[in-house]
Amino acid sequence: MDPRRTARTVSDPKVRQVGFFTPAPPERSISDPPRFQDPIQPPSPSPTQVNDHSPSGNSLSPVMIPPAHHHSDNFLRTALQVTSPTKAFSYSAKTVTIPPENEDVASSFSPGRKVVSAKSPSSFPGVKASSVPASELTTVSVVNLPPGISEKAGGASVEVQNDRPVSAKTLKEKTSKAERRALQEAQRAAKAAAKAEGTKASSAASKVVTSANTKPSKAAKSSSQKNDGSQVAASEKKGGDRAPEKDRKKDAPHPRMQYDDKSRVEKAKKRAVVKQTEARNRVELFRHLPQYEHGTQLPDLETKFFELDPMHPAVYKVGLQYLSGDIRGGNARCIAMFQAFKEAIKDYSTPPEKTLIRDLTARISSYVSFLIECRPLSISMGNAIKFLKNRIAKLPLALSESEAKSTLMLDIDRFINEKIILSEKVIVKHAVTKIQDGDVLLTYGASSVVEMILLHAHELGKHFHVVVVDSRPKLEGQLLLRRLVRKGLSCTYTHVNAVSCIMQDVTRVFLGASSVLSNGTVYSRVGTACVAMVAHAFRVPVLVCCEAYKFHERVQLDSICFNELGNPDAISKVQGREEINYLDGLVNQENLQLLNLIYDATPSDYVSMIITDYGMIPPTSVPVIVREYRRDHLWS
Amino acid sequence: MDFQVVVLAGGNSKNLTPLVSKELPKPLLPVANCPVLNYVLHQLEQSNLKDLIVVVEGEDAALLVGAWISGTFIDRLHVEIAAVPEDIGTAGALRAISHHLTAKDILVVSGDLVSDVPPGALAATHRRHDAAVTTMLCSIPVSGPLESGSSGGKDKAKKLGRYNIIGLDPSKQFLLHIATGAEIEKDARISKRILHAVGQMEMRSDLMDAHMYAFKRSVLQEVLDVKDTFQSLKEDVLPYLVRSQLKSEALLNRTPQGEENSTEKVSSQNNQAFISRILANASTPSFHGIYSENPDGSSSTRKTHKCCVYIASSSSYCVRLNSIQAFMDINRDVTGDADHLLSPNNIIGPSPKLGTKTTVGPNCRLGEGSEMGDKCQVKRSIIGRHCRIGSHVKVVNSVVMNHVTIGDGCIIQGSVICSNVQLQERVELKDCQVGAGFVVTAGSEYKAESLAKKEK
Repeated sequence: MDPRRTARTVSDPKVRQVGFFTPAPPERSISDPPRFQDPIQPPSPSPTQVNDHSPSGNSLSPVMIPPAHHHSDNFLRTALQVTSPTKAFSYSAKTVTIPPENEDVASSFSPGRKVVSAKSPSSFPGVKASSVPASELTTVSVVNLPPGISEKAGGASVEVQNDRPVSAKTLKEKTSKAERRALQEAQRAAKAAAKAEGTKASSAASKVVTSANTKPSKAAKSSSQKNDGSQVAASEKKGGDRAPEKDRKKDAPHPRMQYDDKSRVEKAKKRAVVKQTEARNRVELFRHLPQYEHGTQLPDLETKFFELDPMHPAVYKVGLQYLSGDIRGGNARCIAMFQAFKEAIKDYSTPPEKTLIRDLTARISSYVSFLIECRPLSISMGNAIKFLKNRIAKLPLALSESEAKSTLMLDIDRFINEKIILSEKVIVKHAVTKIQDGDVLLTYGASSVVEMILLHAHELGKHFHVVVVDSRPKLEGQLLLRRLVRKGLSCTYTHVNAVSCIMQDVTRVFLGASSVLSNGTVYSRVGTACVAMVAHAFRVPVLVCCEAYKFHERVQLDSICFNELGNPDAISKVQGREEINYLDGLVNQENLQLLNLIYDATPSDYVSMIITDYGMIPPTSVPVIVREYRRDHLWS
Repeated sequence: MDFQVVVLAGGNSKNLTPLVSKELPKPLLPVANCPVLNYVLHQLEQSNLKDLIVVVEGEDAALLVGAWISGTFIDRLHVEIAAVPEDIGTAGALRAISHHLTAKDILVVSGDLVSDVPPGALAATHRRHDAAVTTMLCSIPVSGPLESGSSGGKDKAKKLGRYNIIGLDPSKQFLLHIATGAEIEKDARISKRILHAVGQMEMRSDLMDAHMYAFKRSVLQEVLDVKDTFQSLKEDVLPYLVRSQLKSEALLNRTPQGEENSTEKVSSQNNQAFISRILANASTPSFHGIYSENPDGSSSTRKTHKCCVYIASSSSYCVRLNSIQAFMDINRDVTGDADHLLSPNNIIGPSPKLGTKTTVGPNCRLGEGSEMGDKCQVKRSIIGRHCRIGSHVKVVNSVVMNHVTIGDGCIIQGSVICSNVQLQERVELKDCQVGAGFVVTAGSEYKAESLAKKEK
């Protein structure tokens, strides 16, 4: 590709006339659409294409009769129980494995019933052993659990909670056919209404969605909804014994819930694990995005640490880390999530009378909705979750539980290795060819791929200079800068305010991306668009490095429809400089709205080339990759 | 959540004589007519932690505590009691039961903690940072703003008032220095290495260690094994872990290596390294990470572990019952400001019989079956079960336990009267502690004294 290409399309810099801070007057939006329809000609995939690679529910076989592998399951479970004697010991009096001198205590517990002994001190013979190394434990109080509990190998109280409703099963099944029918109808109607409203809202918000664009997004949405719906329906058919997870799953917020839809928000709130208080001064234009008071979620979630029973500890930990910002960046979040899921799958055991495929899918869904509450999913994570669920759905029914689990764990490893690590290596290999001696490379923020490219080029002995452009409030560039300088690269560090000054000397711009959408729009850390536009104005080639698993078939023209809002405090306060306190006391004023956007969308016109694991492509070729990628990897 | 809870209930505490005795070990000492251990257990139950190990010093005490727990928490908690010899310290107690510890992390709670800070918060902080130890800090309670003031006989209690010097990093997440009690007399020694790595340390003396810890089990067991002279968690183990956080010996990091799968090829190991690098780069490094980096940026062999803190918000209540003064304070607070701590099973029984013109002020608690004569006054006091109080008795700022007989015309101020005590007529007590079963003869006057039956 010609680095100094002539200005291809854009004669005028496309400044979006979107009213950021004034409540948008409605009549403006009428005059706007014609202006916005022409400039970008998104190679929007035709509807047939969309159908082609959308999940469309066919991947999920409707009803699956569990094969007769229950027997082996039980076998496995008992085997597990034997290997974890301490757990068994602590659960029921039946399986107490206290050393012999305690035997009379143990035997005096009638299994599963109230403790009879321990009323008088004399019934504690075991306590005598009091030399330091061998102090024995005496069970003095036992929770009266249903007898089935002691068979649990997984041991965690998760199962304790989940098991109770089994007895309620018969009760629930008694709902008559007519009732169920009515319920279904009502749900369907609600869904349709919500969908209509959702599209309306998004179009109102963006004001630029052309009819061509609504179609694919709608198709995608409906297909994903259908996906959910079919699963739920299938599970309902099976029998109403899916306890809390089903509820969770059914109302799980759509990853892109419209937060200005009051009824839905209310519903989501009821079920939410993380209690979030809504921000008082919500930015008008971004009402459809979740805007919460920051800082209230973490302590609240922390206090509930032991109460969230169905949550696996590893998932919980990752959620906390998302919430507190300990892990960030698309790849890292994705890897962390998958590693947590791997842990969860390792510890998973199918509850009785359930099939692994459905139960595990529901379990994963509940984890995902928890993670969404901690922080909205990135697109990369969404793709990864789709992959995992698909793998679960595609598991052969004949597989035993342990085999299925190991298959899934291998799949997860494979995904991390192939889609993230290997593709990064390939991207590095491609991108390094674009770096020549004497180059001045500019990068914005901290992208893991770009960092690796720079480091690799340095290792190859190329002589180049790096300009790291950074921005408040995250100042991620400093971390990158630190690592680069330590490796001996020559660097310049500046803030995005000065990008127009420094751009004159730059020969290439390398940018990372959170996602690349199918119209070539690059969705990335806020500020990227600005850097790309300045580079374009200075005729500097902009190379975007992005792994193919982050590509998404969605089309997005601006950064308003879908975005994430950060903590407004982060921009109103300056860390370490107490004297800048001009906004103190103003933050809660009615007429002040603080907006801290996390992402922005860079139109494809400002992107010269996208470097991905399939090679270096122009932004117009993204739909091809999306299509091929889906076909090859996700849905196979 | 893969946490195991150990409640260190203690046994006979010297600080609390004459309130505690062989018949009434410290865990069962009533606070507002409810054993102090109940507060911890109730709070753990609220947090859905139902699998506990309660460690009690002394066999007799263990029997008593066990009997009480099995009576109170039957069907609600799964409790195991371990008896350990007396005077082996908190670390010794943990060492004694260490072979029962199996979970990934261990939550250690002192049995004398009266607090409303959810243990989940501590556990979450621990998990989030993947720390070796996390400790809960709370602000030092304002002790004894009693009208009577603490004087004279409380010298002992006063001297033992826990003074802590605690060093935190600027983000208030990591513990850099901790010195407690006796160590303060000496000069504070701060590791240069830590100071260098962090750059800035905040010294606080307004925080105290609430004795609620989350330990990584492997670390705890290693430390207890190797350092077999360590007696106390607070004074030995915790400072040791804090001191050695940047030069942590290989033993503390042995487990992560063990966790790695045995069948690993070189390539997958590379990938592991790759993944961990991506994850590490994505997060804001703590000073541990920066320190363990080599100058050229690659992660080195320097081992570190994290010592984190969870600082309870100032609005939460958190006091340890470790002195008589604290006992008085807690009794006052639990009936007054912090009455939400009283667990529901602590509702007052059928209201006691009161004589004519007897007034019971606010912030009082009367146990069931107590009888009071005419013209009595009770203010800010707690009276246990089945007490018989004569007429013209004044009880202010005091704690009266069960089965106490108080004669006519007694005046009791700021005192603790243990069970089965007999006060004959016209006794005046001010700031006294009367041990169980003691008989105070008629007309005697005591001020700031500790009265107890002579040891046989």
